[in-house]
Amino acid sequence: MSGAANIISVSGLGKTYDDGFEALSNVNLDINAGEIFALLGPNGAGKTTLINIICGIVNSTVGRVTVAGFDTVSEFRQTRSLIGLVPQELTTETFESVWDTIAFSRGLFGKAPNPGHLEKTLKSLSLWDKKDSVIMSLSGGMKRRVLIAKALAHEPQILFLDEPTAGVDVELRQDMWDIVRGLSDSGVTVILTTHYIEEAEQMADRIGVINHGEIILVQDKKSLMRELGKKQLILELDEPLDAVPTALASYDLEIRAGGNEIIYNYDTQAENTGITTLLSDLREARIYFRDVKTTQSSLEEIFVGLVKRIK
Amino acid sequence: MNWHGIKSIYKFEMARTRRTLFQSIVSPVMSTSLYFVVFGAAIGSRITEIDGVSYGSFIVPGLLMLSILTESISNASFGIYFPRFSGTIYELLSAPVSVVEIVIGYVGAAATKSIVLGGIILATANLFVDVEIMHPGWMLLFLILTAITFSLFGFILGVWADNWEKLAIVPTLIITPLTFLGGSFYSISMLPPVWQTITLFNPVVYLISGFRWSFYGNADVSLGLSLVMTGGFLFLCIGVVWWIFKTGYRLRI
Repeated sequence: MSGAANIISVSGLGKTYDDGFEALSNVNLDINAGEIFALLGPNGAGKTTLINIICGIVNSTVGRVTVAGFDTVSEFRQTRSLIGLVPQELTTETFESVWDTIAFSRGLFGKAPNPGHLEKTLKSLSLWDKKDSVIMSLSGGMKRRVLIAKALAHEPQILFLDEPTAGVDVELRQDMWDIVRGLSDSGVTVILTTHYIEEAEQMADRIGVINHGEIILVQDKKSLMRELGKKQLILELDEPLDAVPTALASYDLEIRAGGNEIIYNYDTQAENTGITTLLSDLREARIYFRDVKTTQSSLEEIFVGLVKRIK
Repeated sequence: MNWHGIKSIYKFEMARTRRTLFQSIVSPVMSTSLYFVVFGAAIGSRITEIDGVSYGSFIVPGLLMLSILTESISNASFGIYFPRFSGTIYELLSAPVSVVEIVIGYVGAAATKSIVLGGIILATANLFVDVEIMHPGWMLLFLILTAITFSLFGFILGVWADNWEKLAIVPTLIITPLTFLGGSFYSISMLPPVWQTITLFNPVVYLISGFRWSFYGNADVSLGLSLVMTGGFLFLCIGVVWWIFKTGYRLRI
């Protein structure tokens, strides 16, 4: 293995399609065993191409990928049997029953029949009562669950979820998150791609940001939020202000809402946030307020900021 | 070897036949029966014997070949084309199955269906005309070789086709005419010399000739040549399938 904790190691990976489009460029990425890793990026950033190369669906132009220390090209049997993939599109069979399609998936991945495991999988995805239903009769949400069941049929150690909640309703999205957390708790490494920042924010341990085929950042979610997340103190004033008084010029203040709000930007990681002295200086300047609130930038704002910065 | 993988693909394909029993079995048996009624019983009774065999019996090997070729191509091409069309091919490409295993699964199932169908058509033919099999071993060998070869050809077609029209065009515009003009309904010795020579460029002639020889002991070309041509086409198809997977042609970009 390339590293004790790494279950996937991507090095120097590049992909240029026949039409000359460079989908990936010198991608280096390590995924830790057991983590939930969210790969964020706008449409066309290269998320699906990266997943497809790791899973064996797309050939890379350059570079190497190992899964549990095995090369995905020369030792594809070992690597692919460890991976389950839930694709972005609802690409299910049409005329087969739910049970038949997941039994097919299990066999295809080289596993002996195990009705007990299939039953457990279907029950965990609330699909047990649909096991004899023909797939085309199912709703979109149910088909999405069938795709997850297929990916889990062969008991993979790694699960790729490519935009798992694209186009699903809020209730199903919540269910999906619960399922992913359950899988993670059972030791499965989960890699999900999404452009729903909220999804990554809710679930991921680490976050990778990809844009124009390049990984621009990989970081622990909490530290990313801490480092790049701005915090704001918003003071709702009793009386509006035209401008920031000179006495408060040393603070990073903004006037908003027609002078009715003062916004103070501060760093949560700083030794001294300056809030206490600011409040004291406001009192001295006879500026009074009737309400106080704080906000923290979301991952989405961080992401947009990052992408802009790279541009 | 991923035996579970092969078994899964094979079972999946065979299950499709069970779901579409009318289209897979009843329909070809029905159309072949109509040939026997029209060319065997009705018109055939007014045609003189060919090489000592009644016309109705003479056309049995050719009609069998026609069905086996058509069904092998259609089953195997649909089997691999449909996952490409629906997008479910992702699962096959991301599974720990090798080229050989994929081909055994798809082509094995398509060939099995053709062979079973051949048996049913042969039994049906017995209801209309007298059928004699002089060399049952050779008959079986030609049947299996043809079913496998044309299932491989169908697999290639299913990978090559990028729309439904292309999928249908090869069997309709190439295979059916070649089979009809390859001696299904006549011995090529009945043709004028120029056409006999031209006909020898039709590969189906060798299949039908060898197959008919296994029934009645009469052949348009030598048994050895029939075997060499059938085997040659088989290896050509194997070569093309190997190239498809090596390059990822239309499967793995």
